[in-house]
Amino acid sequence: MSFFFAAIKRDLLLSFRHRNDIVNPLAFFLMVAVMFPLGVSPEPKFLAEVAPGVIWVAALLASLLSVDSIFRTDYDDGSLEQMLVSPQPLLLLVLAKVFSHWLISGFCLALMSPLLALMLFLPSEGLFSLIISLLLGTPTLSLIGAIGAGLTVGLRKGGVLISLLVLPLYIPVLIFGAGTVQAGAMGMSIDGYLAILAAILVLSIMLTPFAIVAALKISIRG
Amino acid sequence: MLEVNNLFCERDERILFDKLHFEIKAGEVLQIEGQNGSGKTTLLRILSGLLDAFEGDILWQKKPLDEVRESYYQAMLYVGHLAGVKAALSPEENLAWMMRLSPHLNKLTIVQALEKVGLYGFEDVPCHTLSAGQQRRVGLARLYLSSAPLWILDEPFTALDKKGVAEKEALIAEHVNMGGMVILTTHHELNIPNQSLRSFNLDDKKGAR
Repeated sequence: MSFFFAAIKRDLLLSFRHRNDIVNPLAFFLMVAVMFPLGVSPEPKFLAEVAPGVIWVAALLASLLSVDSIFRTDYDDGSLEQMLVSPQPLLLLVLAKVFSHWLISGFCLALMSPLLALMLFLPSEGLFSLIISLLLGTPTLSLIGAIGAGLTVGLRKGGVLISLLVLPLYIPVLIFGAGTVQAGAMGMSIDGYLAILAAILVLSIMLTPFAIVAALKISIRG
Repeated sequence: MLEVNNLFCERDERILFDKLHFEIKAGEVLQIEGQNGSGKTTLLRILSGLLDAFEGDILWQKKPLDEVRESYYQAMLYVGHLAGVKAALSPEENLAWMMRLSPHLNKLTIVQALEKVGLYGFEDVPCHTLSAGQQRRVGLARLYLSSAPLWILDEPFTALDKKGVAEKEALIAEHVNMGGMVILTTHHELNIPNQSLRSFNLDDKKGAR
């Protein structure tokens, strides 16, 4: 277990040294909220209606934007090879890397989401459901995204391919995530939505690490 | 200890080696020679379990590599072309992580190892400010730290100065004296006692198929 935390500490340290990794997704997230009213309509009533979907789509794309970097630099400088020839369990290492990716992407997005809610006139009743749905949904996005990142890490230009591989799998999370916020904003119960998001998350935590490890092995060992 | 039987590898429809047999025992250095592109790195990657695209058997202590991967990785040190050194981390942080990842890197403390590779005083600066040779030294500090019996080194002397090369040669000689094994590729004339040094050339192993 101490290895798990050491791996998280290393990845977080690396992210803090490369500030861009943290700032890019957050800046993207914020920019969508700034541009969207300018491009469509600044009418508060209209914005309040579309806010749940817009915020969720922005969060999803922001997370996707940074997912390629989970294994990229480690692949480029040979660290990933060293991880594969290490006796430490690769499953644990992969989980630690995905968790640190989530901390700097999904978790920060969730913390920033109230600001976007304010900018897009989301009714205040929806605020809690927005934060909780992002906290429950974005870890799944990181886990699924890591499969794509693992599969494409050996390719020079994997960026577009990742989106193609991963976006279809993101759709259930988007539907139930945005649904949670919509229901919350209308003052309805969100328990059912949260249960489904949590179920998807648990399933992903159980299954995706095996897929990620397999993907990495395919990419490296050929 | 490490035995290779009937190894065949083909890349991009070019046969790199065919019917390759060799064995390395305690106290031996095996130098693999060959032109650029003759498959030296490929062979080392296969031996370290980083490449599955081959036919034939690799046995570690008489057992197939695939079955004993975990114990093999506790007894094997691999230093590839890419040293696995993070440019954003300091030498000290890099070594701390390497030691976490590979528990057999336990012979010295981090500070002692950095002193050995001549990076004492640089332990706190990020590696991207170091020169290529110094970054290489951070990766090679693993040789001083490792208690693993088998070392697989791909071009370990690249970017090192003369003194650095001599130190690494002495280290390799000492390692095999203590009963260790080293498989390496280099274009450099190795200055190691003859009885423990064997070499073979991959250019001669291109069987027709």
